[in-house]
Amino acid sequence: VTAWRVMGRYGVVAALVLLILFGAARYENFLGAFNILSFLRYNAMFALVSLGMAFVIMSGGIDLSVGSVAALGSVASALASPWGWELGLLAGLGAGLLNGALVVRGGIAPFIATLATMQAASGCALLLAGNQTVSASYDTSFTEIGQGDWLGLPWPAWIALVMFAAGSVVLNMTGLGRTVLATGGNEDAARLMGLRVDRAKWTVYGASGVLAGLAGVILAAQFGAGQPIEGVGWELFAIAAVVVGGTLLTGGEGSVGTTLAGALLLGLIFNVLNFENGRGTFSLSAYWQSVIRGLFLLVVVVLQARLAGRSTPQNA
Amino acid sequence: MVQQPGMPDAAVAPPPMRRVDLPALLARHGALIALAALVLIAQVATPNFLSLRTLNVNLTQVAGIVIVALGMTLVIATGGIDLSVGSLMAIAGALALVAGALGWFNGWLVTRYRIQPIVATLVLFIAGRGIAQVMTNGNLQTFRNTSFQVIGLGRVLGLPVQVWLMLALALLFAWMVRRTLFGRQILAVGGNERAARLAGVPVARVKRRVYVISGLCAGVAGLVVIAINSASDANLVGLGMELDAIAAVAVGGTALSGGQARIGGTVVGALIIQMVRYVLLALGVADAAALVAKAGLIVGAVWLQRRGRAS
Repeated sequence: VTAWRVMGRYGVVAALVLLILFGAARYENFLGAFNILSFLRYNAMFALVSLGMAFVIMSGGIDLSVGSVAALGSVASALASPWGWELGLLAGLGAGLLNGALVVRGGIAPFIATLATMQAASGCALLLAGNQTVSASYDTSFTEIGQGDWLGLPWPAWIALVMFAAGSVVLNMTGLGRTVLATGGNEDAARLMGLRVDRAKWTVYGASGVLAGLAGVILAAQFGAGQPIEGVGWELFAIAAVVVGGTLLTGGEGSVGTTLAGALLLGLIFNVLNFENGRGTFSLSAYWQSVIRGLFLLVVVVLQARLAGRSTPQNA
Repeated sequence: MVQQPGMPDAAVAPPPMRRVDLPALLARHGALIALAALVLIAQVATPNFLSLRTLNVNLTQVAGIVIVALGMTLVIATGGIDLSVGSLMAIAGALALVAGALGWFNGWLVTRYRIQPIVATLVLFIAGRGIAQVMTNGNLQTFRNTSFQVIGLGRVLGLPVQVWLMLALALLFAWMVRRTLFGRQILAVGGNERAARLAGVPVARVKRRVYVISGLCAGVAGLVVIAINSASDANLVGLGMELDAIAAVAVGGTALSGGQARIGGTVVGALIIQMVRYVLLALGVADAAALVAKAGLIVGAVWLQRRGRAS
C-alpha cells in the first residue's frame, strides 16, 4: 500500500473535511443545528441507495434500478401506511430478487437486467399510485420515520448509520464480504475456488433492492406522500457517490466508509451552493448543481485514474 | 439443452450437430419475428394502421431513437457505452457541433485516462443537461426558422425529412461497418482489445472516433426533435434517451460485451420499441403498464439471444 493508494482512498474524506471547513468559515449558520439536521435528514436516502450500489459494484455488477425501486417503495409504503411501513421494504426486496434472478439465473448482463427492472418498477409505481402522489397516513406514527428525531438525530440518519455500520461489518469481517470482493475481482477464479458466487450475487442485488425500498419508505415518510416519479437519476447519483468514494467500477475493491463520504460530499456541494446563493454576492441557479457535480466527478475519476496508474504499474 | 447459469459463453461447447433448433432460430431472427407480430397485432387491433399517415407518425417518432442508437451501436461494438447521449441532445438545442466536440471529450477520457466508458460518459450525463439548462436558464426556447424547421416538418416523396435522414444514416453506418477498414477496426477493438493493439489497430483513435460519432448522432437527433417541436426545452429533450438507445441496440442483437455491430438489428430493435409503445397506446393501455411491457420485452429479447448463442 503506497501513499498514492491511501490518497486515492481517503482523498474523498479530506475533500469532505475541506468543504465543511470552507462552509463553516464562509457562511454563518452553516454548522448550525438546523442546517446539519436537515442535511442529514434529506441525504440519508441517497446514502442508503449508494450503500447498496457500492456492494453491487464491488461484486462486479451494477444496479440501475435503485431510483425507481425507491419510488416504488415510497408508493407501496404510503399506500400501506395506515397499517405499517414494511410493505415498501418488501417491494424493494422483490425488485432486488428480480434483479438477482435475471442476473444469476438468466445470465443477463447486469446493466440490461437492472435497466429492465428500472422501467418495470417505475411502471408498477405509477400503476399502484394511479399516476399521482399518494398521501401517507398521518393517524399512525408512519411519518415519524422521516420527520422524527431520536436522541437529537433525525431517524433517517440513524437508519443510515446502522446500515452503514452493518455494511462495514459484512464487508470486512464476514465470508460473504470476501466472496463479494472475490467475485468482482475475478468471477471465474472465485467460482473455481469453490466460493459461493451465485449466493453472493443474489445477496448484493437483494440488499440493494431492500436499501432502495428503505430509502423509498423514508422518502414517503419525510414528505408525507408516496412519489411515483421521484428517484429519476438516483441510480447515477449513487454510482457517482460510489466512484467518488474510491470504489473501482471494475469491482473487486471498495470501501463502505468512503462511500458514505462520497454520498455526503455530493450532497454537500448542493448545500454549499444554497448558502452561496443566500449570501447574494452572486447567484447561481439550481441548474449549476448538476454542472458542478459533473465537474467534481470528472476531477475525481481523472485523479483516480492517475493514482491507479502510479500505484499499479502494470495497468493494462 | 443443459445450460449452467452464470457460465460465460466461451465455456459452453459449440453444438455438435445441425438440426432445427427452435430457440436458436428464434434468437437469430427473433427481433424480426417480434416486429412482424407487432405489425400484425397493430393491423388487427387498430384501425388504419397500414396507412401512410400512421406509418409516418411511427417513423417520425422512431427517427430520433434510431439515429442515437446507430451511434450507440458503434460505441457498444468497441466494448464501450455512452450514457451521455440524452444530455448531448439537450445541448444540441444550442449547436450540433458542440455535441460532437463533447463526444470527443468522452473518447478522450476513455482513451487518455483509461476511465471506464460508463463512468467517463456519466460525467457528461450529469453535467451535460445542467450545461444546457444553464445556457437557456431552464426556459423553453421557441423559434421560427423555416429553413431549419424543414428537418422536422418537411416531406420528400411523402415521407418526412427526418425519416430519410434516418434511413440514409442507417445505410451509411451499415456500409461503414461491413465494408470499411474503420468498421473492421471497431469490431477488432471490441472483440479483443489487446490483440487489436498487437495487430497494429490504432485502438485509441478508433475509440475516440466512435464517441465523436455517437455525440454527433445525438446532436443530429436533438436537432430533429427541436425542429419538430419548433422549440427547445433543455429539461426534457432527450430525457431517458440513453436507455432507449441501449435497449434498441440490445434488442437488435448486438452483444453489450462488444465485438459485434448489427446495424440492421438496431433499426429493428428501435422499431420494436416504438411499435410496442404505439400498440399499447392504441389499445388504451396506460403509459405505466407500457413501461412494464417494455421491460419484459428487453429482458425476453436479450435472454433469447443469450440462449441462442449458447446453444
